Amino acid sequence: MTPRAQAGVDPNGSSGSSGSSGSSGPSGSSGSTGSTASGTFTGAAAQTQYGEVQVQITVAGGRITDVTPLHLTDRDGRSVAISQQAAPILRQEALQAQSAQIQAVSGATFTSEGYTTSLQSAIDQAGL
Amino acid sequence: MTVLTFGTMGTVVSLRGASSEAAAAVRAVFAGYDHRYSLYDPASVLSRIAAGSLRLADAPVAVRDVYALALSWRDRTGGAFTPHRPDGVIDLSGVVKALAIEDAGDVLDADADSWMLSVGGDVLVRGVHRADEPWSVGVVDPGRRDTVVGVVRLDGTRRAVATSGTAERGEHIWRRSDPVFVQATVVADDIVTADVLATAVVAGDQDDLRRRTADGDVDVLAFAADGTVWATPGAASIV
Repeated sequence: MTPRAQAGVDPNGSSGSSGSSGSSGPSGSSGSTGSTASGTFTGAAAQTQYGEVQVQITVAGGRITDVTPLHLTDRDGRSVAISQQAAPILRQEALQAQSAQIQAVSGATFTSEGYTTSLQSAIDQAGL
Repeated sequence: MTVLTFGTMGTVVSLRGASSEAAAAVRAVFAGYDHRYSLYDPASVLSRIAAGSLRLADAPVAVRDVYALALSWRDRTGGAFTPHRPDGVIDLSGVVKALAIEDAGDVLDADADSWMLSVGGDVLVRGVHRADEPWSVGVVDPGRRDTVVGVVRLDGTRRAVATSGTAERGEHIWRRSDPVFVQATVVADDIVTADVLATAVVAGDQDDLRRRTADGDVDVLAFAADGTVWATPGAASIV
């Protein structure tokens, strides 16, 4: 998700986590201070163009390892659980798709003519 | 496992795990829908409505019910999905393929514990491919139609996968002149939801995508025109 990716690059960036280590303090295993802090921290609510955003971060050894958006209110004032929402992701290494075990292919509809050149046709012939 | 393929609705069906009797019934389901809803067949109910020789009010109840369903999806998607072509013709192809798959699924459910039905890139399954091995569906790379970019493993309650793209044939959705998303794959409990929402995501923008995924009913993997890839938490494992 975006917040995750952004936080990994720039913990002080624009992910809406204003006061991320300030308002609530650590709730996880802690005892550390400064750059070696560990635990979970809940940020202060921040106003964004999308409404109110609040995030929780997980810190290990002073590094942010996870960011969880807690809630967000959309422009209609409705509360939205953005932890379920789609967001940009960082893709992993390209999958070795050709070696993957698949029985079907999902793509934009192919025509009868297009079928003969589609992966689905090859898979069906192979009876994978 | 034997694979049966046959052509219908201008595309090709792949069916696994069905008895020959069930396979014949599945063919009949698709033929029935094609007979009523194809705009390529001038004798179909929908073609006669489009030509003005049959009033919608005089159309079979089943056809009007499908039209009502399509209208309800139009409302649910804020108009991103619509059964009306720009020229005003009622085109139900956006829901008919999925409805035929759903009906075929009912036939197959009564026949076998494990089967897979793929229709032109929309997939509905039940059970497992092999013992302890779920049905796995590759998602096509939007830039290269002969390459898979990820795999959906249908090992939970979700049985349906549908993908929509800007290269899709047909004109049953309004195209943005400058599309945000070039391809969207939706994993859902049922194929109608998956198919319609895949269409709606491609027709919409980032805010539409967030709104449609807010309640967690579906998993979505969407490829944006700018190269970014969007995913719900449940879909992030696909790629």
